[in-house]
Amino acid sequence: MSKEPVAVIGIGQTKHAAARQDVSLAGLVREAASRALADAELAWQDVDAVVIGKAPDFFEGVMMPELYLADALGAVGKPMLRVHTAGSVGGSTALVAADLVAARVHRTVLALAFEKQSESNAMWGLSLPVPFQQPLLAGAGGFFAPHVRAYMRRTGAPAAVGSLVAYKDRRNALKNPYAHLHEHGITLEQVQASPMLWDPVRYSETCPSSDGACAMVLTDRAGATRAPRPPAWVHGGAMRSEPTLFAGKDFVSPQAGKDCAADVYRQAGITDPRREIDAAELYVPFSWYEPMWLENLGFAAEGEGWKLTEAGATELDGDLPVNPSGGVLSSNPIGASGMIRFAEAALQVRGQAGAHQVPGARRALGHAYGGGAQFFAMWLVGSGLPGS
Amino acid sequence: MARHERDIAVVAFAQSDHRRRTDDLSELDMLLPVLDEVRERTGLRARDIGFTCSGSSDYLAGRPFSFTMTLDGVGAWPPISESHVETDGAWALYEAWVKLRTGQADTALVYAYGKSSPGSLRDVLTRQLDPYYLAPLWPDSIALAALQAQALVDAGDTDEEALAAIAARSRAAAEANPHAQLSGTVPHGGHQVRPLRTGDCPPVGDGAAAVVLAAGDTARRLCGRPAWITGIDHRIEAHSLGVRDLTDSPSTRLAAQRAGLFTAPVDTAELHAPFTSQEVVLRKALRLGRSTAVNPSGGALAANPVMAAGLIRIGEAAARIHRGDSDRAVAHATSGPCLQQNLVAVLEGDRA
Repeated sequence: MSKEPVAVIGIGQTKHAAARQDVSLAGLVREAASRALADAELAWQDVDAVVIGKAPDFFEGVMMPELYLADALGAVGKPMLRVHTAGSVGGSTALVAADLVAARVHRTVLALAFEKQSESNAMWGLSLPVPFQQPLLAGAGGFFAPHVRAYMRRTGAPAAVGSLVAYKDRRNALKNPYAHLHEHGITLEQVQASPMLWDPVRYSETCPSSDGACAMVLTDRAGATRAPRPPAWVHGGAMRSEPTLFAGKDFVSPQAGKDCAADVYRQAGITDPRREIDAAELYVPFSWYEPMWLENLGFAAEGEGWKLTEAGATELDGDLPVNPSGGVLSSNPIGASGMIRFAEAALQVRGQAGAHQVPGARRALGHAYGGGAQFFAMWLVGSGLPGS
Repeated sequence: MARHERDIAVVAFAQSDHRRRTDDLSELDMLLPVLDEVRERTGLRARDIGFTCSGSSDYLAGRPFSFTMTLDGVGAWPPISESHVETDGAWALYEAWVKLRTGQADTALVYAYGKSSPGSLRDVLTRQLDPYYLAPLWPDSIALAALQAQALVDAGDTDEEALAAIAARSRAAAEANPHAQLSGTVPHGGHQVRPLRTGDCPPVGDGAAAVVLAAGDTARRLCGRPAWITGIDHRIEAHSLGVRDLTDSPSTRLAAQRAGLFTAPVDTAELHAPFTSQEVVLRKALRLGRSTAVNPSGGALAANPVMAAGLIRIGEAAARIHRGDSDRAVAHATSGPCLQQNLVAVLEGDRA
């Protein structure tokens, strides 16, 4: 029995912001879900099941909020499944939803991920001291900065590369109406002069803390035929995990990331990602993760990722645009950030990305990671049916 | 019986001894022997398993990303295909079942665990209520279950005596369950919240469980008598108790219907009914008669490790099929206040 092809036919995002005080948790998720349904021209009753994802419940102070959100997402009387795989959760949620269609368990599934970080303080939420366990060391920045330094030392990358990524992503965000940060008139000099937070990561090279949600409607072949706008087809998807800390772990280029990408490329028939993939939405919460992931995902040889960034290849008009939406550096509702990557990749191949559209994009990669660079979720979407 | 190529079965199940406190054990310490047991029983090593999925809660562990603690025990090296649900492990099993149905994997390891002892579970569970209108009032899990129990008494569906009989039957059955936390003759005690007495409530404790799923011929190779999942479905209801009929469980009934429960009788039912009164609701929704043995393990009244108790129902039902004590069984898991969300699985063994 072959898998049912899976199509993305509806995408919705909230306007991401530091604090969406105009909406409740329910209002936030409903804003994204309603937009996804409107895009697919479907109603709530057309949805067979809801898959919902978010990062730690401490970020809002609500345990298993999906129970309370069942009504707002039209899930009453339907299956509702809550996924939590750390920062990669937005991607994992989309993949679980896709599997429901691929396995022919359901025909049309709503996938949604959110975070309303203004309800709490993520830094605090990440740093709860637990006896006998490795602390996360003052949130994510403190944890990841040493790995960035290791990358710089290993590759000899010039110190300015990080600022180039931030300058690019923040300018791309100006073309994305849903992005949290719209820094009009931003200059490279401003990025480079911003305060140092976790050496070598500066304030302007760091993701914001956002409220936001993202939703997608996934469906089967028949559903795609009825869709009003072009679908994005799922050509491959995979998750990989490895332990947080162990002797021999490569934090700069984790094996789980390499394996996950290899699995996705195999499913999608990709042999040369740099040439065959037209756009990539990568989970880059700190600027330097762009060149690091370019290598981990096979877009550049080991030690060469920073050269793509430096040469402008990852700019919106480069030959491998990375994060045309502005990326995590411009909007970071943590639990939703992975799904936003997946959804933005789908928007690109549907030709629906508006001002940040990569002309003629046919294949795009959505990527998410989480935990101590140990959880990976990716999908590759295309404008054509898989195998065609 | 003719089986489909992508039919999925439970081929192994293990659980910890459930205890009121496990101060001497971390979550991983508690889980590891259980993982070892299912691996030993199937002969599968970490790298042989196609997909891994777990269920647990950060609010029980008191820290974010708490499931990363136990990932080490799984042996995720080389990296594994893995996912996690922030709810009872029964839903992790559901996600794994879907993965196997796609054909992307032939085997799956599912595990779940929860330590309720470090905190006050009654208070912790109030945090899963509507954060704007309900949670600020801190109505605890026993108080909400008592509302449901009183509604059942008022409707003439049960009375305190009948509830006490459910408690006594469950804990008597648990005498045959070496993992049970509460078994034998247990005093029914005074009212916790009227009409529920101490004996109507589940014990609070810590525990872990693991299940291995396999597809088609792989299942036959790994298990003498696989417990085939012939149907599995789950449904959620509205959150607000005020808009629900607490004496009924339409989500359980719908899930059971979708899982094919009503097409033939079952000899066994493992119901995730932490409170005696909830067994009354579930028996009605699942149309269980006298010919069905309900909770021969003792059920959640004998051990209720939150986040694992639902998965254990599936495991217990499957284990009876493995042993030849059952041919067709229903397993049920619940989540949320007053049975808000329910999962139903129908399991069958091949008949000689």
